[in-house]
Amino acid sequence: MNISVAIDSAPQDALPSASEAGPAPKRIVVAYGFWIFLLSDIVMFSALFASYAVLVHATAGGPTGAQLFNQVTVAIETACLLVSSYTCGLMSLAINSRRYLRTYFGALITFALGAAFLTLEIREFASMIAIGATPERSAFLSAFFTLVGCHGLHVTLGLIWLAVMMVQVAVMGFDATVQRRLLCFSLFWHALDIVWVGLFTVVYLMGVSP
Amino acid sequence: MTEARYDRAPGDRPSREMQASAPAPLFVYTTGLFLAVLLTATSFWAANTSLLWPGGVALGLAVLAIAQMGVHLVFFLHVTTGPESTNNVLALAFGVLIVFVVVAGSMWIMADMNQNMMMPSAESINLHMQH
Amino acid sequence: MNLLGKLDWSAIPLHEPIIMGATAFMVLVVLAVLGFITMKGAWLYLWREWLTSVDHKRIGVMYCVLALVMLLRGFSDAIMMRAQQAVAAGGAQGYLPPEHFDQIFSAHGTIMIFFMAMPFVVGLMNFAVPLQLGVRDVAFPTLNSVSFWLTASGALLINVSLAVGEFSKAGWWGYPPLSELQFSPGVGVDYYLWSLQISGLGTLLAGINFVTTILKMRAPGMSYMRMPVFCWTALATNLLIVAAFPVLTAVLAMLLLDRYLGFHFFTNDAGGNQMLYANLFWVWGHPEVYILVLPAFGIFSEVVPTFSGKPLFGYRSMVAATMAICILSFLVWLHHFFTMGASANVNGFFGVMSMIIALPTGAKVFNWLFTMYGGRVRFSVPVLWSIGFMITFVIGGMTGVLQAVPPADFQLHNSVFLIAHFHNVIIGGVVFGVMAGYNYWFPKAFGFALDERWGRAAFWCWFVGFYLAFMPLYLLGLMGMTRRMQHYDDLSWQPWLLLAMVGTVVILAGILCQVVQLVVSIRNRDRLRVTGDPWNGRTLEWATASPPPAWNFAVQPRVAGRDALWSSKQRALATKDEPPERVYEPIEMPKNSATGFVTAFFAVVIGFAMIWHIWWMAGLGVFGAFVTLLAFAFRRRSETEVPAEQIARLDRAYQAGAAV
Repeated sequence: MNISVAIDSAPQDALPSASEAGPAPKRIVVAYGFWIFLLSDIVMFSALFASYAVLVHATAGGPTGAQLFNQVTVAIETACLLVSSYTCGLMSLAINSRRYLRTYFGALITFALGAAFLTLEIREFASMIAIGATPERSAFLSAFFTLVGCHGLHVTLGLIWLAVMMVQVAVMGFDATVQRRLLCFSLFWHALDIVWVGLFTVVYLMGVSP
Repeated sequence: MTEARYDRAPGDRPSREMQASAPAPLFVYTTGLFLAVLLTATSFWAANTSLLWPGGVALGLAVLAIAQMGVHLVFFLHVTTGPESTNNVLALAFGVLIVFVVVAGSMWIMADMNQNMMMPSAESINLHMQH
Repeated sequence: MNLLGKLDWSAIPLHEPIIMGATAFMVLVVLAVLGFITMKGAWLYLWREWLTSVDHKRIGVMYCVLALVMLLRGFSDAIMMRAQQAVAAGGAQGYLPPEHFDQIFSAHGTIMIFFMAMPFVVGLMNFAVPLQLGVRDVAFPTLNSVSFWLTASGALLINVSLAVGEFSKAGWWGYPPLSELQFSPGVGVDYYLWSLQISGLGTLLAGINFVTTILKMRAPGMSYMRMPVFCWTALATNLLIVAAFPVLTAVLAMLLLDRYLGFHFFTNDAGGNQMLYANLFWVWGHPEVYILVLPAFGIFSEVVPTFSGKPLFGYRSMVAATMAICILSFLVWLHHFFTMGASANVNGFFGVMSMIIALPTGAKVFNWLFTMYGGRVRFSVPVLWSIGFMITFVIGGMTGVLQAVPPADFQLHNSVFLIAHFHNVIIGGVVFGVMAGYNYWFPKAFGFALDERWGRAAFWCWFVGFYLAFMPLYLLGLMGMTRRMQHYDDLSWQPWLLLAMVGTVVILAGILCQVVQLVVSIRNRDRLRVTGDPWNGRTLEWATASPPPAWNFAVQPRVAGRDALWSSKQRALATKDEPPERVYEPIEMPKNSATGFVTAFFAVVIGFAMIWHIWWMAGLGVFGAFVTLLAFAFRRRSETEVPAEQIARLDRAYQAGAAV
């Protein structure tokens, strides 16, 4: 008799449960993998948050957060990122219904809002550096620039990714691979806004409140 | 869109088969935006008001931040507690646990060490280290 | 503006004879290997079948090859240290000046943890997990290749540091302020940091890959409680990788920012806090040791039942213990720095947690013992390694729990007692585990078994050598000897250090036996040929040919219980019916891809450029990596279809050979 054949004709239970259903479809596998990656990214941010929390008072005689932060700028940045999350959601709807013009439009608005966020943030950094509040001034400033800068770097990479994805849509259409990647992008973009919520609350709002 | 299955990709909306009475997607996103704006505005108000004592401000900000994150997760990322989303929620819970351990653990340990190492107060260090 | 940054001819340490000798040896070996490949005309074969492969089995083998090569490099550091300490007693200075000795102990730890143990366990998981799950490959095959090549890039950078520049002298943890620019102005710490950042990224991507594979891709019918225990430990390991490695990335990045841009995270001045580094490093560092040992536990959970002819005792408690260790490993990290300033409350909490974490492992040991009890144990080479592990690891674990008591640790911290403890658990646990796994799965990977006699000799040399080398260190630690001593005054320590040197030589004999074992087995491979199931196995990997075809299973297996293959074998023996004719369908397999190899090339360029401050080269490297990513993103076809006739032909040939 032949043992090797037996492994693919095992008697099946009447109703297989969720964990017995076999390998998941590719869309779920890809999105779940990206979800796990996002969680690892958030753990990395948490290490930077922890460092910020430890070093927030280590100003070495230099400027403190309350002296440096401008709440109006932060509010505008928050609005830009939040609305861009919304427009990203609208873009996802357009992608699922395979509508090209709406997808490009949604992407354009999302990109513009993200770029506005970055512009404001870079201007904030530049103005701080101009008055001597550089990351080399104190541990607090090192931690601030690293934490907020890391988020800004992620936003920058997200914008580059979005631009490349629009080229992919133009070249390859709403191919299954392209749709999966766009799903990953929207996960990334929403996660960035979630991290920003933590950032503006802990760094800016708790930093300026009495 | 996902097929009717035992699980759902994170970020995908529940399919019509799983949730027959699901609200229109546009409505979900718009409600999420509205709630998020509300919570964000409240955060900015809480940081600047004199109505709350300082500890209350910090607590309020933390609660509002968690609420905002929740709004994002539910309305934008469609992370729900349905059986098809269990793996996604479990992964999220694991991540949240690790974040809590790393941040709270580090803050506790470092505060304890800073205190024990009898470092002079921040101001006197600053006086010594002007350059 | 110097075009080559800090790099010039003085980077090659011509005035250091030992280093130049080691470099010359390394270069000769590399040239010999390249020459051998050229002689055999095997470059095209190597490129097509191995370097661009996205097959988890091939990638797993490459990881293990990297690990074995780096074992030799890391062990030569070890024997040099033992030789130095054996002679540098009283007023003697030995043959290694302090600057060199410091690089050796730093390189030894870095290499053994990151480039020997990690690749070995990741390689074994790569090879076995998809086969055990009954699927064709991992969730992201091309990403898998990228992960391997990034790890290899890190290893390459460390090896380059021998010839060009220097290595870090700040130990394998790189504590500031010693690792800051003020006290380590050379390139050594930079080699350390960039090498670990690059390979750390590879490891993180592998973690994501395996978590997704285990949770989302298993054969139909394989519910969680029907997975082999090795897959459970792989799940826990990769969850730990995903959770811990980002913290390492963050803390090494902060040190890089301090060194390159003058930030003040950990500096002496401007508010820097050195304990923050220690704290965050060990937040990663403790889960890391569980990342290393959990796969070893999984290997033993496969080897022991197979060679006892019994199902694993206490499957549920094994799973529970594994997941408990996964969570608990994140709650003990402060025990690596009890003595560095925390109060009794903090020390007490982490001390208690460190004792609690021993409990699940204890439960596992009992399960393995009860599995063997009442079984018909075959004392094969993997079983020898398993029994050696059970004795050795338990002793190491006991000295660990001893040091978990903070007052005791105040006496023993950073003495060689600690060195003895962690080598006890790493060698007894991780090394013995990967050696068992290597002997166990080698026949599956290559179609012929490893020579038994040389395997036994290797085991006994490792086992006896380990005790001779490390038991004296427990005594020396209690006598007051600190770690990392380039020389010492107390002559009463010397006899023990000489004994430790003897033990190291015996371990060397064990390693040489393994080299001979491999050579002899390859030479006699026709005599050592095996079928798909040489050990009468219990899990699905033994249902394939040896080596398995690229697609693993001709027809998707369906699982109905634990020990999927064993129950199928029992059913086939019971029914004695002719099995139904198989229906073969074409299979889509991922295409090979040069993405991993090319990405690694640019990673090495970026790393080397950043180390030597060659900014334009680093920029080119980043641009090149980005272009590589775009090339991957825009490729038209990512899969090839294997025709059903090819699958049918190979499967029928295998079954004809496998039929009883």
